[in-house]
Amino acid sequence: MSLKLEDNEVDIVVAALRPNLNTFLEEWRSFFSNFHLIIVKDPNLEEDLQIPPGFDHQVYTKSDMDRVLNGASINFSGHSCRYFGYLISRKKYIISIDDDCLPARDNSGVIVDAVAQHISNLQTPATPFFFNTLYDPYRQGADFVRGYPFSLRDGVECLLSCGLWLNIADYDAPTQIVKPHERNTRYVDAVMTVPLRAMMPLSGINIGFNREVLGPALVPGLRLDGEGKRRWETIEDIWSGMCAKVICDHLGCGVKSGLPYVWRGVGSDADNAMDSLKKEWEGVKLMEEVVPFFQSVKFPKTAVTAADCVIEISRMARENLASLNPVYAQAADTMEAWVDLWKVAGS
Amino acid sequence: MAKESSSIPCTPLLKDELDIVIPTIRNLDFLEMWRPFFQPYHLIIVQDGDPSKTIKVPEGFDHELYNRNDINRILGPKAACISFKDSACRCFGYMVSKKKYIYTIDDDCFVAKDPTGKEINALEQHIKNLLSPATPHFFNTLYDPYREGADFVRGYPFSLREGARTAVSHGLWLNIPDYDAPTQLVKPRERNTRYVDAVLTIPKGTLFPMCGMNLAFDRELIGPAMYFGLMGDGQPIGRYDDMWAGWCTKVICDHLGLGIKTGLPYIWHSKASNPFVNLKKEYKGIFWQEELIPFFQSAVLSKECTTVQKCYIELSKQVREKLGKIDPYFTKLADAMVTWIEAWDDLNPPKVAAEVPNGPAKAK
Repeated sequence: MSLKLEDNEVDIVVAALRPNLNTFLEEWRSFFSNFHLIIVKDPNLEEDLQIPPGFDHQVYTKSDMDRVLNGASINFSGHSCRYFGYLISRKKYIISIDDDCLPARDNSGVIVDAVAQHISNLQTPATPFFFNTLYDPYRQGADFVRGYPFSLRDGVECLLSCGLWLNIADYDAPTQIVKPHERNTRYVDAVMTVPLRAMMPLSGINIGFNREVLGPALVPGLRLDGEGKRRWETIEDIWSGMCAKVICDHLGCGVKSGLPYVWRGVGSDADNAMDSLKKEWEGVKLMEEVVPFFQSVKFPKTAVTAADCVIEISRMARENLASLNPVYAQAADTMEAWVDLWKVAGS
Repeated sequence: MAKESSSIPCTPLLKDELDIVIPTIRNLDFLEMWRPFFQPYHLIIVQDGDPSKTIKVPEGFDHELYNRNDINRILGPKAACISFKDSACRCFGYMVSKKKYIYTIDDDCFVAKDPTGKEINALEQHIKNLLSPATPHFFNTLYDPYREGADFVRGYPFSLREGARTAVSHGLWLNIPDYDAPTQLVKPRERNTRYVDAVLTIPKGTLFPMCGMNLAFDRELIGPAMYFGLMGDGQPIGRYDDMWAGWCTKVICDHLGLGIKTGLPYIWHSKASNPFVNLKKEYKGIFWQEELIPFFQSAVLSKECTTVQKCYIELSKQVREKLGKIDPYFTKLADAMVTWIEAWDDLNPPKVAAEVPNGPAKAK
């Protein structure tokens, strides 16, 4: 895989929820070292960050957020701090990986360059209009199969690349409780486009996206009341992923899922999961309302950018969801504030 | 050798519930390699081409064999819907079967090996796929959540975790990939060496190219939709039989809330057909496809279509109405679709459910 990597087109955003980034950055050094790092410190984290030398990086803290927010009410705490990084970046592509994930090894034992794979996914076309049974037709050794219409073989631009996780998979709290020892050991050697109108849960743990086009769609909109630091206590990426998918569908662009894998190391303690269950149960219930909502989202022809679409979603959420739960009204407010902020600070 | 853990569930053989349908014009030597996996099952051989030729079936396989004379005898004038001189004739086998499940395989497909070198029991994997639910309403990023070692990911709505019944299991091919003629001509040496260890459900509303080389389905759930069209002798098109069946089947599955899986199992496809011959067969299809896809993408079946047969007849009306103007072939095809359903219902009369009162509860 030797696509020319435009180093100055990529920012790597790291959400620092814990102070010690030494292991994380050392393990990723060979893949991160060509790129600029935007390290965003969780505003609730008090200790100083430990960052090993030799990385071209910039750290952003609560004071930066306050300055940029200038009174706007967007909550960047916990896992949501990364969205600040997406906002202030000036690059075309963003890659973001959780700080408890290390490079994985593929089935031949070779270490996976997740950054390069995300970039490759974003720089090759997506094929959302018709499913190719041999998965990504642009990969070496693959192609479109018999019966794939020729007019659809140009593909469309891929705006979002969703990677996966070996070892600790991104399960919710109930699943963690039922299967505390399950580890994902299956390396599925495929990238595929998630078809038009198919919905999927975006995991923010390992993603890449085209910030120029899609940026405003990744929005820290939906926060659980008791949102916590553990991944299964959050839902922000799920909401923002559903926004991103319906927006990509509307813009005629693609979302890919599959490679790259990262190796996710946080232990899943069944006791911890039990506590989370109380917090996340709210999230589980919300999904039942969120999914039919997104299935019904329709954009007017006048919505031609991601920002336009986000405003539409916030309007529809206010109309259709706010009465069900105050978190949706909050999400609508946040999304509007986000688009305003994006116009000022993001473009 | 390590003792198999008793907690790993065994896949049932289903030997009395599944028929293996094989179209052939040459010979069935390939069955020797499949013997350990296929021997328990009943085979339905559909002999295409010259009916005076004798196809030798290897010893020890329980089978029935039909040639063109048999097809004509059994279906009478309705035999016109079954293709001649094309593997599309295999769908006759689906019609005469009395079993719940069908597995169909081409006679140039052999047992493949997984990356550990172990031989793949394709039939067992298809059965696993068919017996576990599909998830067409929401994409699971870890693929089939019912597989050992996988599950639904965070954010997957709980109300959708029961899944839908699986109607079709679409397997893949190592070695010679199923490319069309233009691609074969451009990449004659390309071989599929990538073993993708996944089964996944094709989302509702998404079409795909269904290949009939390594395919299993629940005949009771979707059988009548698996008509492989008019191909071969006297027809303007070939190599679109399984494609046609796949598009009809997908539209009907989406309408009835059934799921289609694709991915494992792999078989080893050994023979690359002649790309020049293929090009002639596919030629019209390549252009017609451009109209067929929007047709299927926008096909809507009415609420009254509650059975596969009703869905299929309705689809045939739409084919006649909307595709007839592309070429008279589609009017013929629409007729053949109706004939197929009539023939299917003749050979598969609906079972009359006997009134069986509940018996007394059995003491445990």
